[in-house]
Amino acid sequence: MDPNTAGWALVVALFLPLVGAGALAMMPSSMDRQIRRAAVVITGVAFALVAVITASFDFSRSGELQFTTDASWISAIDARFELGMDGISLPLFFLTYLLTFLCAIYTTKHLPSPGKPKAFLALMLLLQTGMAGTFVAFDLVLFFIFWELVLVPMFFMIGMWGGPRRDYASVKFFLYTLFGSIFMLIAFLAIYFTAGANTWSIQALSEMAPFGSTTFQTWAFLGMFLGFAIKVPMWPFHTWLPDAHTEAPTVGSVLLAGVLLKMGTYGFVRIALPILPEGAVRFAPLIGVLAVIGIVYGALCCLAQTDVKRLIAFSSVGHMGFVMLGIAAMNEAGIQAALFGNIAHGIITGMLFFLAGSLHERYHTREIAVIGGGMLKKIPRYGVLLTYVAVASLGLPGLAGFWGEFTAMWAAISPGLGLADQYAGLYLGLVVFAAIGTVLTAGYFLWLLQRVNLGDPPERWVNEQLDDVMTIEWVTWLPLLLLILALGIFPVLVFGVQDAAVTNLMGYLGG
Amino acid sequence: MLIDWLAIAPEIALTVTALLVLLADLNLRGQAKQLVAGVAAVGTVVALVFTLILWGDERSTFGGTFVVNEYAVVFKVLFLGSLLAILGISWRFFAEGRYFQGEYYFLLLTSFIGMIIMPSARDLLLLFVALETVSIPAFIMAGMRKRSLYSSEAAMKFFLIGVLSVALMLFGMSIVYGFTGTTYLPDIAASIAALGTVDPLLAAAIMLVIVGFGFKISAVPFHFWAPDTYSGSPLPVAAMLAVASKAAGFAGLLAIAFIAFEPVAELWAPVLGVIAIVTMTLGNLVALQQRDLIRLLAYSSVAQAGYMLIPFGLARSGAAQVNDAAVQAVLFYLIAYAVMNIGAFGVAIAVHRRTGMRSISDYAGLASKSPLMAMAMTTFLLSLGGAPPTVGLWAKFAIVQAALTDVTGFAILLMVFLVINSVIAFFYYLKVVKTMWMDSAPEGLPALQPGFNLSLVVFVLLVGTVLLGVLPGLVSDATSLTGLAVG
Repeated sequence: MDPNTAGWALVVALFLPLVGAGALAMMPSSMDRQIRRAAVVITGVAFALVAVITASFDFSRSGELQFTTDASWISAIDARFELGMDGISLPLFFLTYLLTFLCAIYTTKHLPSPGKPKAFLALMLLLQTGMAGTFVAFDLVLFFIFWELVLVPMFFMIGMWGGPRRDYASVKFFLYTLFGSIFMLIAFLAIYFTAGANTWSIQALSEMAPFGSTTFQTWAFLGMFLGFAIKVPMWPFHTWLPDAHTEAPTVGSVLLAGVLLKMGTYGFVRIALPILPEGAVRFAPLIGVLAVIGIVYGALCCLAQTDVKRLIAFSSVGHMGFVMLGIAAMNEAGIQAALFGNIAHGIITGMLFFLAGSLHERYHTREIAVIGGGMLKKIPRYGVLLTYVAVASLGLPGLAGFWGEFTAMWAAISPGLGLADQYAGLYLGLVVFAAIGTVLTAGYFLWLLQRVNLGDPPERWVNEQLDDVMTIEWVTWLPLLLLILALGIFPVLVFGVQDAAVTNLMGYLGG
Repeated sequence: MLIDWLAIAPEIALTVTALLVLLADLNLRGQAKQLVAGVAAVGTVVALVFTLILWGDERSTFGGTFVVNEYAVVFKVLFLGSLLAILGISWRFFAEGRYFQGEYYFLLLTSFIGMIIMPSARDLLLLFVALETVSIPAFIMAGMRKRSLYSSEAAMKFFLIGVLSVALMLFGMSIVYGFTGTTYLPDIAASIAALGTVDPLLAAAIMLVIVGFGFKISAVPFHFWAPDTYSGSPLPVAAMLAVASKAAGFAGLLAIAFIAFEPVAELWAPVLGVIAIVTMTLGNLVALQQRDLIRLLAYSSVAQAGYMLIPFGLARSGAAQVNDAAVQAVLFYLIAYAVMNIGAFGVAIAVHRRTGMRSISDYAGLASKSPLMAMAMTTFLLSLGGAPPTVGLWAKFAIVQAALTDVTGFAILLMVFLVINSVIAFFYYLKVVKTMWMDSAPEGLPALQPGFNLSLVVFVLLVGTVLLGVLPGLVSDATSLTGLAVG
């Protein structure tokens, strides 16, 4: 496939899940098994196509848009159907298809009550199109559509297949995200009118930047900030996340953590920074402070959790704090760190949510105290996996979680774009507190492992028949487990792809 | 005076149909009476064809007081399309309800004659006549469930308030005539502009005229008839009042505001802006409390009127670009609103047919019994809220776009309220969605049997909602008209 002309491949990959969702909806509900297999086939074919796209991606020109499509869409408002991918989009796009494929495989065996695989899988496929589209849309209006498209399926996933407090969690998720995204839309419109070029193209607007007064840049950035920061989520906009994660079904949590949260950071890097560089520089210290508060606050909350899944949810707040710290650094290393952290968190936390889901299926509880330890004796393979992923999450060197956090802190010591002159002390302080955060992170994960893995299994579980890791789980998890190791040893796999694109981005920022 | 017959062909076609319906109803007996619905539908299609022929034309007749331009044609297509949809959802309701079918169809058609005159009217008197032609049949239709006290109450409230508002409006119009010496809208504008300063009495008269329309579009504080009237009327009539009648009010208000009173936009724009804020906020907050779906839709339609008033708050005299954007936003919103709201009423009628109830809890488990109807209702409600990929999103988009054409502090204030209200609105739309999908159905309820006509209408509107959500250009190209003031 020639990356310069094969724009169709991206379009097909993007809308295949949507068509698949329609096809699933046509199948009679009684064909339970066939529906689940069909979903695996659809996501599998889509993933294969994306793998081919990735293979034929021209890595020597990863800074440029490839597989582009640019067609007239809504001429009245100059919105165009503009797709493409560069080194920043590619890893996230790939991750989306990989995780959805794995989730489809996982669903062949595991689906929470009330079952209904047809509706569940159709929603998942709809969600996939929304998520994937966000990463390859290069028109602000199109981006917004894909961005909003994910709300509805995720609302239903949480609301229909979620835990006991699903009503509350699903509505909170929906309204919170909606609130932010309308401000984002207003910011987009303000950009459109201020630029005055009758274009919504992210590329064109980035090249024109900076435009408008400082006041405009500040207000427009604030609007986008609300939209993206809620999605990330940054402290203090994170309160929807623990509820949504805890109540969502396993697949929902995996996709939430693995992909949905990344849309927020991607939005910062792709849109907010290059189009509004002045606003970005003004907001950078604030972003840094909120990010570090998120890191420390997330870790402290984790120490207080009694529910494994809720603990993992709060750990996301901390990890996304590191990603935002990288962005706040406003230099090449920082952006690289943020994007790497994005991918690493997607894989590791996605995996952790799979593990939490399986834990619940075995013990029918996620309370740490009730599980009471001894998993390494009772279900040793599972225990080892949990240990492996938890230490990856706490940032052990050699595994994927390390590079994003380490590089982010390293980058924040000498922030770019003149921030170092004005805020050197502040950023140093931020790094110190972030470092304390890593210690706390290590603390709560190790404490978690100590409480559930070590020791002897309590009385009530000793004679209980608990399955160790099943075949279907190995199939689903193995790719993620390998990626955690691979990215830890060869971080260049992601850094290298992003390098030229991030350099381009810094060009727009004037750094 | 020569009359341009083609220009008024749609109105004539509809009038002839109305008379035919009346005649047929007098002469047919028993089951054959149901033919009138078909006659009405055929006549509507004929009127629609005439309207489409007029697309792209610029015509005027009756001394310029009746104009046909693209703006008017878009409105007429909207009204006639709504009429077809309402005929579709009415048929079974009236055929089974032992109501007075012939009268109903006659009144419905008559009301729509008034509506399609409205966007063409360029004269205060013609506007008034059109408005009365819309309203008077509607008073009777609201009271058609003769045996129901609620229906009588609905008709009575609607009538009293309708008459009051018209009286106020006429009073205002007479004072405007006193100041300007004309009833022709463009001349009024010229006269007012020539006056220079605005006399307080003239300002009061302008407000009176606007208040008259405020009743029609159920803007707060002139909204309180709407929920009672909607919930008391036969459901198809409620759909007609909530959509078509409201759109007619907006058509009149657009002509009055942006043609006749355009030179004093600084006077009325802030007032309508504030009314917009109050209307959407109050409508949404009260809707949160509703347990009856029709009342919920009624308050939601009050809130929707608030959104549609936002562009009026942006108007400025002499700023053609801003005013054009405002008019386009209202026009697009009205079309989107008609599609999604008639759809929602259609599903409500189908559910009502099964249980005779309309409490939100009756929708529990609808998804498991009638997944297609539930999916349609979900789409309509999400669209009313403004979620993608539905037409409702673009309707809100158009308003924000108009507000940002030339940003002012007041425009930003309006946007902030739009954002807050959009979020509040989702709260109660999602409540219904949740009930349909996530609550379990009561035992022993049969699946819905909406009938062919209603299913077809709901299906077409569903496709329209999603199709326009993906390709809003299909409509926005037609609504991106400039220069409403071209008389």
